[in-house]
Amino acid sequence: MNQARIETGTTLDGFVIGERIHQGGMASIWAATHPDIEIPLLIKVPVMSEGVDPAAIVGFEMEQMILPRLSGTHVPRYVAQGAFDIQPYLVMERVPGPSMLLLLKELPLPWQSVASLGTRIATALDDLHGQHVVHLDVKPSNLLTRPTGDIVLIDFGLSHHDELPDLMGEEFRLPYGTAPYMAPEQILGYRRDPRSDQFALGVLMYFFLTGVRPFGDPQRMSGLKRRIWRDPVPPRRLRPDCPPWLQEVILRCLEVHPAWRYPTAAHLAVALQHPDQVKLTARSKKLKQDPFTTVLRRRFGDHPFSIPQDKTPARHDRDAPILLVAIDLSPEAAPIAETLRIMVARMLSTLPGARVACLNILKQGRITLDETLDAQGRNIHHQRLVELRNWAIPLDLEEGRISFHVIEATDPSSAILQYANANHVDHLVIGARASSLRRSLLGSVSSQVAAQAPCTVTVARSRRMRTADFGPEAGEESDAPWTVG
Amino acid sequence: MRIALMADIHANRRALEACLDHARARGVDRLVFLGDYVGYGPEPSETLERIMAETAQGALAVGGNHDQAVAEMRESMTPDAETAMAWTRGQLGPGAREFLASLPMRFEDGPRLYVHASPQTYPAWIYVNDGPAAKRALEASRAQTVFCGHTHLAALHGITATGQLVSFQPVPSVPVPLPRHRRWLTVVGAVGQSRDGDPAAAYAVLDTERAEVTHFRVPYDWEAAAMAVLRAGLPPALADRLRTGC
Repeated sequence: MNQARIETGTTLDGFVIGERIHQGGMASIWAATHPDIEIPLLIKVPVMSEGVDPAAIVGFEMEQMILPRLSGTHVPRYVAQGAFDIQPYLVMERVPGPSMLLLLKELPLPWQSVASLGTRIATALDDLHGQHVVHLDVKPSNLLTRPTGDIVLIDFGLSHHDELPDLMGEEFRLPYGTAPYMAPEQILGYRRDPRSDQFALGVLMYFFLTGVRPFGDPQRMSGLKRRIWRDPVPPRRLRPDCPPWLQEVILRCLEVHPAWRYPTAAHLAVALQHPDQVKLTARSKKLKQDPFTTVLRRRFGDHPFSIPQDKTPARHDRDAPILLVAIDLSPEAAPIAETLRIMVARMLSTLPGARVACLNILKQGRITLDETLDAQGRNIHHQRLVELRNWAIPLDLEEGRISFHVIEATDPSSAILQYANANHVDHLVIGARASSLRRSLLGSVSSQVAAQAPCTVTVARSRRMRTADFGPEAGEESDAPWTVG
Repeated sequence: MRIALMADIHANRRALEACLDHARARGVDRLVFLGDYVGYGPEPSETLERIMAETAQGALAVGGNHDQAVAEMRESMTPDAETAMAWTRGQLGPGAREFLASLPMRFEDGPRLYVHASPQTYPAWIYVNDGPAAKRALEASRAQTVFCGHTHLAALHGITATGQLVSFQPVPSVPVPLPRHRRWLTVVGAVGQSRDGDPAAAYAVLDTERAEVTHFRVPYDWEAAAMAVLRAGLPPALADRLRTGC
């Protein structure tokens, strides 16, 4: 192939090539500018010489297919590409922010930083998975941080898109990936499970927390496969200050079977954001590796770890959504609260992986923001939590699938919206206010939430209320006491 | 340029019209018909009239095994197909017969090859229904991209950098890039008789500038088409097939 010479100062399809930023075995990366494009750009050009690993070329082709189909703040913006028959290249936004590779010098990090990084990476992964892509090469050098703190995932050369042909999967017998970070199923050649990225994130969190890679950096297939039967040293043994909940989360990400990890990256992000809601299991208490007999049984036992053979995409976000139920605990709203509960119970019966967050807004006056004790001196916040738990008892959900949150706010709608945005909520369920008069005087929380929510919203009404609202006497129950839940 | 590719219409005028409307609404510049205009379905004359009108206006058409069977009595078919073929022969006038007899078996359009079944000519009418068959088909041609039908099942096959075959089940309405430096074989699925469990009509659109192919599924009134099969006195199994798509 006759490649155009790419050097600083040359021009390619209108892009002016700047300094060379990186020269790797697979591709070279240059800064670039274009007279019509304002943002700083990068141009990536594959290495095409004789003897280069064909995986480099196929990976570049995959990236050329996948990047143009991605959008949002968690990926670099796609700008242009050049076809292989002339000069292959890929132009994208130059993300203004450092690579996480720089953090390696500072390991181990405080556990709080690891939890916060983990949350942000899980958020980026959830966004990517929602766009049909499994990254399959999550590691510090492929993670950049925008000035806003948002994580950007780069390099989709090993990625799998569940609506496009997988050139990488068909091409090579050996698994491609980065040895310390690869999930067991990926090592065995299975490329369709978004939860493989959770495993890589688990490795990253473990490494950042302890300064040690949980499975080392094996160079051969036999070493790679070891992680299928050999569990890592529990992080708390290396970092006694690591809280049990964080070990619980990290070890769950590192589970051998994808099904034992979190159903989606959104669930993982929520767990990292709400330590008090993480259900602690034996994982959190472990201080030593499993005994040798257990390891032997796993390796040579009757039920070896195997990967699914079917070709359907392994997507779990549709049957494992995060439901947010905004519950008004005032006595007037009791019928609505019951309607809400029946509705949620019905949803849960068809969604075995769903997680429910129960939210109550403790409305604050605009002046006295800090008054959390009522006349009898009880802690209202605590009382509300007790009531929320009580509301949820008939749902009969095990710990870990349900959580309770009381948020103090002056504006209930924006508090609910903020919570939904920050916690990857897929479906928000809320009751309408008990009477149309109060709605017209106070504004409707549910309609504002429905209009602005980032997800599906269901607004519940009780049957009695519907008649009252639309019947001849609508709005005439003004002697009812006004409460805002 | 956007090229719509339609195969296996099988005398199903309603399905054909639904696909043509769908393609026109997407700004298609050229129509390519990949054979099997008759057989199985209840409206061979009307379907052929439409195909002939389109070809008069620049559409391309190649012939399929059912089209050939109208003139030749030798093709061995399933009993239902045989029954439908005997009935079809009685429905077609001289103009339609002449049109079917004049159809080329293949058409090369720049880097693209259009055939009904496969570029492999021997044995006749091979089914490209798996990876190895697709690989043999691609090896029998020099075209960068081969478009065919015949199996009634949409699929996409490609040859990668190291000569490996990659097979893929296209997702309806999702454009798939077909980089020009690789070779591809696209099976477009059937307009007039679906066999993959979804009764909707199937066809594909190639965007030559963007080098992307998109497979579409188009709902049509298959209930009415099934009734027409029964009214024509054709085997009831052929009517059921239109309703269930399998």
